[in-house]
Parts: sequence; C-alpha cells; structure tokens
Amino acid sequence: MAVLSIADALKAAIAEEMRRDPAVYCMGEDEDIPGGMGGAFTVTKGIGDEFGYFPPIPGQKEVAGVGRAINTPISEIMIAGVCVGSAMMGMRPVADLQYCDFLFCMMDQLVNQAAKMRYMSGGTLNIPMVMRCPSGATNRGAQHAQSPETYFAHVPGLKVVCPSTAYDAKGLMKTAIRDNNPVIFFEHKLLYGSKRKEAGAINSSGEVPEEDYTIPFGKAAIRREGKDVTIVANLLMCHKAMQAAEQLEKEGISCEVIDPRTLLPFDYETVVESVRKTGKLMIVHEDNYNCGWGAQVASYFAENEIFLLDAPIVRLAALDTPVPFSPVLENYVIPSTEKIADAARKLARL
Amino acid sequence: MANMPAREKALGMYKTMYTIRQYEETIYYLFLEGIMPGTIHQSHGEEASAVGMIYDLRVDDVMFSTHRPAGHDIAKGVTLRSMMCEMFGKDEGCCRGKGGAMHTGDFSVGAPPANAIVGGNIPIAAGAALAFKMQGKDNVAMSFMGDGATNEGSFHETMNAAAVWKLPVIFVCENNLYSATTSIKITCNMPNPAADRAAAYGIPAEVVDGNDVLAVNEAAARAIARARAGEGPTILELKTYRRGGHSRNDACGYRPKDEENYYLNEHDPVKMFRERILAEGVATEDELAEIEAEVVAAIDDSVEYAQKAPFPALADAECDVYDEGGNN
Repeated sequence: MAVLSIADALKAAIAEEMRRDPAVYCMGEDEDIPGGMGGAFTVTKGIGDEFGYFPPIPGQKEVAGVGRAINTPISEIMIAGVCVGSAMMGMRPVADLQYCDFLFCMMDQLVNQAAKMRYMSGGTLNIPMVMRCPSGATNRGAQHAQSPETYFAHVPGLKVVCPSTAYDAKGLMKTAIRDNNPVIFFEHKLLYGSKRKEAGAINSSGEVPEEDYTIPFGKAAIRREGKDVTIVANLLMCHKAMQAAEQLEKEGISCEVIDPRTLLPFDYETVVESVRKTGKLMIVHEDNYNCGWGAQVASYFAENEIFLLDAPIVRLAALDTPVPFSPVLENYVIPSTEKIADAARKLARL
Repeated sequence: MANMPAREKALGMYKTMYTIRQYEETIYYLFLEGIMPGTIHQSHGEEASAVGMIYDLRVDDVMFSTHRPAGHDIAKGVTLRSMMCEMFGKDEGCCRGKGGAMHTGDFSVGAPPANAIVGGNIPIAAGAALAFKMQGKDNVAMSFMGDGATNEGSFHETMNAAAVWKLPVIFVCENNLYSATTSIKITCNMPNPAADRAAAYGIPAEVVDGNDVLAVNEAAARAIARARAGEGPTILELKTYRRGGHSRNDACGYRPKDEENYYLNEHDPVKMFRERILAEGVATEDELAEIEAEVVAAIDDSVEYAQKAPFPALADAECDVYDEGGNN
C-alpha cells in the first residue's frame, strides 16, 4: 500500500472523484497554474494536466468543453456563490480557499445561502459543495492562522470535517464530494506533509489504499485506547494529544485519544462510551477557548452524562487572543504537547 | 418604439402583468386587514420588467429573484395557489412554509427560492451559468437585483468573473431609484449605477425604459441570444418605479410628489401596455375585460384556497435541513 502525505491523499481523492463523476470540478485562486503551487499547499497541483484548465492556458492541456481545474480571480464571495449556483444546477464543486481565514470574506454565501437554500426551498434542491480550508497557526501572523471550525459547526445546514491522517483525508474527502450538502473541510497546514517545510510540521503520512473507500461522517476514531483519561482532540491537536499520551504512558497514566473527524455531525456516542470507562474528559482544540467547539461537548456532558464524570471536565484551547506572529508567542498561545500532558496528568490524579 | 408582438404573445404578456398587479394589490389589502403574517416587499409598478425579461425564458432556464420576488415568480410560472399558501405560511406553500414573502420560488419551474440578501443572488446566478456552460447546455441564468445591489461587493466580484469566463448570464438591474428609502443618487456617483459600470468589466449593457414591457422584451431577446450563443453576459438596467413603499411600513415620504405622479399615473406599465393594445387593435375592451376577470377569479381562488389550507406539521420544522442522500 502506498504511503501518502495528507496533501497527496487529498489530491488522489479529488482526482479519483473527478474521474468517477464529470460533475465534480475544482476551483480556486492559483488552483493549478503550471509553474505555480497548486493552491497554496500543492493539493491541486497537476489536476489541470488531466482534466483541463479553465480559462484555457496556452500551451497546456486542452479538453473538449470546459476544463475542470478552474483558476479564479481573487474574489471569495464570487467563488462561494459560484459553488452554490453550480451545485444547485447539478455540479459538485470542490473549492480551495488557500487559507481558511478567507472564509470570513464569503460568510454570506456560506451561511445565508449554501446552508439555507435547501431548507428555504422546502427540500426541493440541494447544494453539494466542498469548501477546502487550510487552517492552523504556522508563524504567518493573525490573518493566516485561525482554526475557525466552531463558527461553521454552529450553522444548521453545513457539515464540518477535520481529518488528521492521510487515510482519513482521502476517505472523508470522497464522502464530502459525494454528499448532497455543503461541507466545510478543514485541512491543517502543519499536517499536509507537503515538500515545503513548515516549522512545527508533523509527519502525518500514512498508508492509503488505492482502491475506492469512503469514511462516514459522524464516526469518531479512537486513536489510542486507554483507561484513565479521555482526550478528545482534532487536527494538529490530535497528534499533540497522542504525543502527550505516549509521555504519560511512561508515567503509568493511560489516555484514550479520540479524533472526532467531523464536528458536524459530532459522534457523542463514542466519547460517551470512552468516558463511561475513564470517568474523566478533556477536550483540546486549536480554536480559541471562548465558545470553542469543546464548550459544546462539555455542555453535552453537563446536560446528559454528568454522572459518568469523576472529575471536572478540562478544556484546553488556544488563548483568547489573535494568533501572534513571534514563534515564541505563537507557541505560548497554542496548546503544546507539554501543556496537554500537564493538564492530563493533573486530571488523572484527581 | 418597440414592435407589438403577435396577438397571443401580447395578450399573454398583458395577462401576466395584470396578474402581478392584482396579486400584489390583493396581498396589500390582506396585509392591511391583519390577515397575513410577516412582512411584504411588493413588486407592483415593476410588472413590465418581470414579464418583459422572463416571458421568453424556457422552463429550464433559471431565474434568481430578490426580496421583491412576486412578479418574477409569477412570470416564471410559480402557481398562484402555491405562492399564496406560502404567504400564509401553509404546508402547500411553494417553500412548504419555510420561505415566506422574501423567498418564494419553485425550483421545478426554474425559480429557486428568492434571495433576501441584497446582491446575494448575483454570484449564484453566475454559478448556475457556469454549470450550464460546463454541461454543454444552451440555457441561461438570469439575476435580478435592485439599484442598491450594484454597490455590493458581490456585484463587482461576479461581473468580473462572468466577463472573463463568458458566462451565459443576464444581470438585470431594476433601478427603481431608491435603495429602501435612500435615493441611489446619493449612494452612487453615476446616473446608471449598473449600466455605467459595465464598461469597467468589458460587459455590454443597455439602459431601457423598464416600464415599457415591449422595450424590455426586445432588450431581453438580445441578451438571451447573446447568452445562448456563448457570447457571454449582458447587463440590462431597467428604469422603473415601485407603486408601494420599500416594505410594509414605508409611506414613501422621501419621494417627490411630481415624480410619484409621473410613474404612478402617466408612466404606469400596466396602463401603458393596455392602452397600446387597444390603440393598435390587438384586442378589444371587452376581450381585455374578460382576461382581467379571469385573473381576478384566479387570485380570489388562491386566497380562499390558502386560507383553508393546513399549516405544516410541527415536526416539519426539523426536516429539509440536510439531504440524506448523496452520489454514492
């Protein structure tokens, strides 16, 4: 089985779906300019070579009709709106935002349009679209650093996906493309494994089957079994939680690490079953603390499963500040492996 | 002056215009009587724009409307009963009671839910046009907007992309001189806020008397032909006027009386077209009266039907948020 980075696993998923279904196309700023990067993180590099470019690029692959690698103007409202309109009429757009921070430039189209169009139509139309959103703090300053999954997990009508492994990235992307609803798909910049080295990058490459497979939404993955503390963490934080769990294992503390994989829908059941065993719940995310998605999970336990808990719930999140540039400050603001280990150790001893 | 079309088409256009006028006036009275819930943004006075633009579209062409959608919907073929049911929040409403006055539409006749975010439908229409282009179809997408929408970022972003991509989309600015209560003269430095900007995008544009249904229809025919031939988008700016206020509580205190008198009496689209039909001998007074009586009866029927129709079941509130299917 091939070992792929997340970037290459996503590329494989998108290309396979484009082969499978002529309604699937990809679009974005710098989506695939020959000699360019393929989005900002190589995921769609070379797609046009197989599926053609739109607008056509002189000297490059020509196809009958409209090429399905669309290089757009820098116009986020237009990109999102074109996704909505083309999806309504039977296409399945996969748009690339380069940086998830640009989601805020297209909020109307995502929240007022994509998410509500099916409902407002009385269920007579669908908006099958995927918005790909590279996220996470990477020494680029406050406007290229956010982890805004929570904003979208709050919106009925959207689905929110956040893979942390190459296997999941491919399977979840295929599910997202085939889903009949708008999907906001977060990809952590430090997990891509692209050739461009990023400070703090984690190798998330893994075995990825070549044959077709999908991963259902709303099914969490237990990354590591344990009996003392349940840690729920997504994207980069899931990897850091795994590192922390390894350290704690040596101290005789056993952590169960759960990767929710999708935040909307959210798999409460898997978390509940784990806490039934450990009695202790900790939630870690790179999104900041105030009203972050961990608050929803904590509130779910407070309302429904409080008698499973042997100790207060612990939430570890980015500080409630914009993400600062200085690597020293950024490392301080974002939860580190050490902070996760410290908090889990303290919780285990309660 | 635009040519009078064949009798069947002329009377078909007149009937649709008269239907819109009667529908909106009926809604207004139902609203004043306190029978109808919600708010209203009415399209009477702008019948020539809706009918002239939409009359020659095919059922599988797609039309995107605004918070003032009734005229567009009726012209595109949404049924009176389903619209009236929607206005009353009933289960048989065209949006199953989940849309309301600002979102009426029926996707099966190429009228997706109308859009109540100003400028919101502009990029969506471009997306529909891109889908047609990618699918190799010769359909067109039509985006209606008010004058105020031309000041939105979505207008700029979409015009630029639609021009570069030569999309089969027609942008129709219904310039009724006011963005809610604010004169477009104090929010845009050009006399024709949509058409004067077209050159900046390399899109052809026309300014048309939006109350002359035949002039609108001829401009529409040119734009539709361009789109179907793969020649790209067109911007049409139609000068028109609301008969009513922006919304339910607006008494139009900001509009000069002589301006109102001109548009509401001398330059009223329904009245002008009726007079021309009679003057050119297309139909007699009796024939028009018969059409008008049919329209009044159909609207009365829709009101009676909608008032008796059942409300949605409460459990329906949680349906249709997501589609459970997929391309599996």
